[in-house]
Amino acid sequence: MYLAAVIVFLALILLPPIIGIFTKWNTLHQVFDQPPLMDRALIAVANSFVIALLVSALDVLAGVPMAWLITRGKSKWLNVLDTFADIPFIVPTAALGYSLLLFWNGPEGLSALFGGSLISTGWLLIMLLHFAFSYPIVVRVLVGALLDYKREYEQASRTLGAPPFIAARTVTFPILKPALIAAFILSFARSLSETGATFIVAGAFENGPVFLQNMKNEFSSGLVSQVAYEGATVFASLILIVTSLTIFALIRILGSRLRLPFNRVWPSIERKLSYSKAAMSRNSVTIIVFVAIVLLPSLFVALPAFQALFTNTFTNAISGSGVWGDYWQSLLLSYLLGAIVTLIGFIVGLPMAILIARKKFGKMPSTVLDILVNIPLIVPSIALGVSLKFFWQSFAFMPEFLLLVFAHLAITYPYFVRSMSAAFERISLDVEEAARTLGAKPFGVFRTIMLPLTKYSILSGAIMVFTRSVSETGATLAVVTNLQTAPVVIVNWVKILQNPTLVNTGITSSVVGLGCGILIVLSFIILLLLRFVTRGKGRY
Amino acid sequence: MPEVRVVNLTKKFGNIVALDDVNLTVRDKEYFALLGPSGCGKTTLLRLIAGLIEPDKGEIYIGGRRVDDVPPEDREIGFVFQTFALFPHMTAWENVNYGPRVKNFDLKAAGTIGHEVLELVKLHERLNAYPNELSGGMMQRIAVARALAAGAKTLLLDEPLGQLDAKVRNEIRYEMRRMAKDLNLTAIHVTHDQAEAMSISDRIAVMKKGKIVQVGTPQELYMNPNSLFVAHFIGESNFLEGSVADATNGKLVIELRGGVKVHAFGNGVEKGDRAIVVVRPEIFVVEREGNQGGNVLRGVVGKITFEGTFVRYVIKLESEDSVVVIKPSLTEKWFDVGASITLSFEPEKAHVFPYPEAGLMDEISV
Repeated sequence: MYLAAVIVFLALILLPPIIGIFTKWNTLHQVFDQPPLMDRALIAVANSFVIALLVSALDVLAGVPMAWLITRGKSKWLNVLDTFADIPFIVPTAALGYSLLLFWNGPEGLSALFGGSLISTGWLLIMLLHFAFSYPIVVRVLVGALLDYKREYEQASRTLGAPPFIAARTVTFPILKPALIAAFILSFARSLSETGATFIVAGAFENGPVFLQNMKNEFSSGLVSQVAYEGATVFASLILIVTSLTIFALIRILGSRLRLPFNRVWPSIERKLSYSKAAMSRNSVTIIVFVAIVLLPSLFVALPAFQALFTNTFTNAISGSGVWGDYWQSLLLSYLLGAIVTLIGFIVGLPMAILIARKKFGKMPSTVLDILVNIPLIVPSIALGVSLKFFWQSFAFMPEFLLLVFAHLAITYPYFVRSMSAAFERISLDVEEAARTLGAKPFGVFRTIMLPLTKYSILSGAIMVFTRSVSETGATLAVVTNLQTAPVVIVNWVKILQNPTLVNTGITSSVVGLGCGILIVLSFIILLLLRFVTRGKGRY
Repeated sequence: MPEVRVVNLTKKFGNIVALDDVNLTVRDKEYFALLGPSGCGKTTLLRLIAGLIEPDKGEIYIGGRRVDDVPPEDREIGFVFQTFALFPHMTAWENVNYGPRVKNFDLKAAGTIGHEVLELVKLHERLNAYPNELSGGMMQRIAVARALAAGAKTLLLDEPLGQLDAKVRNEIRYEMRRMAKDLNLTAIHVTHDQAEAMSISDRIAVMKKGKIVQVGTPQELYMNPNSLFVAHFIGESNFLEGSVADATNGKLVIELRGGVKVHAFGNGVEKGDRAIVVVRPEIFVVEREGNQGGNVLRGVVGKITFEGTFVRYVIKLESEDSVVVIKPSLTEKWFDVGASITLSFEPEKAHVFPYPEAGLMDEISV
């Protein structure tokens, strides 16, 4: 069974994209023959990395005081804050992108106060967007780490004469360095990957995923030849993949060597930073940043969505007339796809998780598998989608829906395996062995011991996979030609809205607003479910 | 000078009263133990003194200065944690030097202090090792050295020997006292091990359910326990139930179960009360058949345990009570299982307490 899990992983998830890229190897010369195209691709990819780097650094910087406030503060409102901090993670990024566009750029948003657009589409808006959707991930990772952290280290530091700020800087955060690195990596990977929302707010600006998407559109509207399109796509995808793998390998290797600058202390200055006044202003800034840059922009789309409830847009939507037929269909497709991907992910991921957690094949193979499983997490999803498409293209019988399933499976697979293998690792081997000595067969142990102890992790892992699949745009845009998932519909609508040459399409800002609103409400239901399910976590 | 005093100190965790209106004074340069079963509030009291938690009510003074509102870093204390809490990302030397560094001592002076302290804990090798490379005993020494290097005159120790195995524990506990005395420190040592507290402390506070039951030197607590709880918790005791047949001027006659009458002294009870006579196991004189006069109990040897220096007998009395008797193994006669014997004890060496309202087991339970 474990061998089967490895084979499925290699055959369905790891190898197809690699082979896919290589089947189009011969188109690469197209790019080298066209220096302007090559420059354009290189600049786009470089933009991706610069933005990801800056955004992740800023996110960690802003996330640290927030996580601190949530775990250490005494107010009962912190629980609410904690839940709110999750919102941008749950809202599909396409809806988030439109919401941010309205807030920063649209005539109804902040810009109304200044007359004209406050922030035009382009790199700054992309950064604001990436900052917003990476923020919850960073906060979540850091909150978890701070909750697990043994407070005694910090208390020891205090009794030795260190004021709170020095204690945090010299003891707590150096010990939590792995969590800081993990938060940075996750934020970085997400920023590199995101396509749909970035595409909405990019304007004429190109980063890697937007470049790939533009190439696809230019090809389908006949602006570039097929070989040029494929060559440029392979070129950009390859650089994205190789560079991100290199960067993550570097972070992994250098991260453990990196010592935070704790050797000097400045007691008199840092004392001032420690007590009530400084802490108060720090908390205020933290909350203001969260509300003004993350929360309000993310939820701003609720305004037009709410207004739309009282117009005929709403009745049209309910009756499914006009563009709404497509919308409901895409929504159905999204959730169906999410459910299927979650189910398959569970079946093929569970043995892999046990394999990694229990080192069934020995220590080395487990470590190697662990690294391999995480690769799809750090590869930009549009690049993954492009390579997958090249691979499966050669099988003519391949229906598009199946292609979507494979693409989403490849992207979500690491999430499930990671959370499950972590959960299995937490169960002491003794418990398992005790069950064996009492007469349980291996499958009996799994059914009566492992499964009940990990059911919350299984559920939350499954919900994470489902949410990720529903909001995924990069890989989806890359593999589909006819099918449309809900976020793709949103992206297309916004693009139509932004294109002044298209008129009478039936798509108005109130339609898009309502479309986003429905997606967000559904996501909220999932968020509440997630909270409800994981609430019982502390019981074991 | 660092006398430590707490006044009316109360701390609740939710509905649980961890510390209930406690008053205590630890004298300057004293080695003081807080002793009690787990959950009695001794660690809570220590953490309150350190400032790691905040009291709900009451006052804390260290060296005459009121410190309730002073953060832990400014209380001039050293704290040794049960788990040691050595910083895992710093070497042994960096751990020791941490206090002087964050207190902005002159770096050269800090280095000197560090070395002096390490001299004191007799640890000069492996200073570049990280905590996970050290043995439990070494980690303990580094933890103590770290607390001392910050220059505090008050040392707070939270079960500092709890993580060590028995042999190392017995060696290190005397060193703790020697160091505290060499440096003229006031030390407060939390433990649940009465033997540990007895062997190294100047004075001990016995705690139970958030209150201090008795404070005294080890001898005082052993010779004159003020309650059944202390008599039970410090050393070993036999409890004989009975009722007071006569009480005049503190001279008592107690009728035990089975009708035997014994004499004792005490003021806490009156004629007709139920009472408990407490007799330490080594107080009994054991003889074969015969009447020695005074307080005599008859019984049969039920069980013998040879413990090296001592022999422990469990004697079944005629009243159905069981008592434990401890005798030196080489200088006393031996008795076999089943032998009929008589036990006697001097009235002034026994203690009498009224029978507790909640029952004996409840009163002495930990």
